[in-house]
Amino acid sequence: MSAEIKAFPSDDVNSSSRARWMTLLAEAPVADIEHHWQTLPHPSFKWIRRPEFGSAMVRGRASGTGAQFNLGDVTITRCTLQLITGEIGVSYVMGRDKRHAALAALFDAMLQHEKATSEGVVGKCVRAIAEQELRRRQNIARETKTTKVDFTMLTRGDDQ
Amino acid sequence: MITSIKGGEKAIDASHRLLAKRRRGNPAIAELSVDQIREQLTLAVDRVMNEGSLHDPTLAALAIKQAEGDLIEAIYLLRAYRTTIPRFGYTKPLETSEMIVRRRISTTHKDIPGGQFLGPTYDYTHRLLDFSLLEEAEDEDGLPVSTDDTFEEMNLCYGAGFLSRTDVVEAELPSDGIAVADLTREPMKFPSKRDQRLQNLTRGDEGFLMALCYSTMRGYGRNHPYVAEMRHGDVSVVMEIPELQFEVGIGTVRVTECRTIHMTVNKPDTPAHYTRGYGLLFGHCERKALSVAIVDRALRGPEFGEERRHPSQDEEFVLSHSDSVAASGLVQHLKLPHYVDFQGELQLLRQLRDEYEKRAGQADSAENENAG
Repeated sequence: MSAEIKAFPSDDVNSSSRARWMTLLAEAPVADIEHHWQTLPHPSFKWIRRPEFGSAMVRGRASGTGAQFNLGDVTITRCTLQLITGEIGVSYVMGRDKRHAALAALFDAMLQHEKATSEGVVGKCVRAIAEQELRRRQNIARETKTTKVDFTMLTRGDDQ
Repeated sequence: MITSIKGGEKAIDASHRLLAKRRRGNPAIAELSVDQIREQLTLAVDRVMNEGSLHDPTLAALAIKQAEGDLIEAIYLLRAYRTTIPRFGYTKPLETSEMIVRRRISTTHKDIPGGQFLGPTYDYTHRLLDFSLLEEAEDEDGLPVSTDDTFEEMNLCYGAGFLSRTDVVEAELPSDGIAVADLTREPMKFPSKRDQRLQNLTRGDEGFLMALCYSTMRGYGRNHPYVAEMRHGDVSVVMEIPELQFEVGIGTVRVTECRTIHMTVNKPDTPAHYTRGYGLLFGHCERKALSVAIVDRALRGPEFGEERRHPSQDEEFVLSHSDSVAASGLVQHLKLPHYVDFQGELQLLRQLRDEYEKRAGQADSAENENAG
């Protein structure tokens, strides 16, 4: 079905699947994550892999459905860290923003910790980020819809 | 023959200083920032990312600034940068059917399921200079578009979807499990395969591909296209994370996708049907997406028993000359010193002239003798 709904089904905003929150943290603007980071207690952690730049080759399919081909690279920043409580946070984020990658990995680790202790403050932040992201996508769709076009065909001599 | 040449360091340094000075322009005018280029010259950024074969709007904008807007030079800079970073892996194929659509049109059907959306396009502009931009007046298009607050899902399956369920249009089926060729790792081989061609065309020079596409439409290898669907929007990039072994979204890319269909009647053992061409590119670049799709279809001729008679159908000609970095490199090397080559050739020329004059002299004297 439609992209924005498939990516963020409303009943799945509470989803606690790790792949989903990692996706959300990678796709959200870094400013949104930063905003929530400022409201949370900052845990102690150590780096396993400091943020580093690299790339990934993006693939497509012929006609969208057929054989795969390589389209071109995207830049990526990745890092891995470990909280003092043991959880390991990982992030792979498109672009070259070390702060974004670091915050995404921290949130990943904090969310795992929270899942184990069922506290809920970090989860609340991520739900807020998810809602923000859903609104952003809906706004694109709304703008697009303002340009919906109905071409009409005119046949000459059909004036009656 | 390649010969090395030394010296010129001082002049080269001074040339770099002049370049920096020219790049800055009149110091009384505010300097252009990379952020401004990225946000306000997005179509130039998109072209550099495509042909530079690296999606990173900030770096593409930096390349444009550094190259003073010479996009082919900027493309070169971005290609060179890509080789300096490690590659962490390959992504899953983009699910373009799940695109957050910003624009979507079809030229085959008036009422395609889900509707048509013009989005931002120059197609219906008057193409007259807009002097209000010169006055630095607030660009109306830069303001938020007023929308109503209700939200309704968009349901945009692929155009020609209902055609696909018949045998009128060629079905493109996945062939996963086969290794996907990568031109950044192994060079092009002929006869080429579709994956090599599509990667090559994606990186190819827009002008070259557009001219080839134009030539097919003017009769040099006729394959009349219809745009079954052109769409532009945002797609999630999904990758399996090596250390976690599950798939995660790592961000979204804006892409342009063009799906063309072409009536094909050549093979005696197959009924007439529509075959496909395809173009998928980073950013918003419909002119190139169309060109890629139509040249892709032209190069598929052998699959459909078409005779190879025109440049656009000749894979070696097209795929060996599509790359602007390679082309620009060879063309521009002509500006480098060729003193030894030239001396060698000049010697040859003098020798040829001596021989010519000797022959001419002999012919003259033979004529004189005959006359006498």
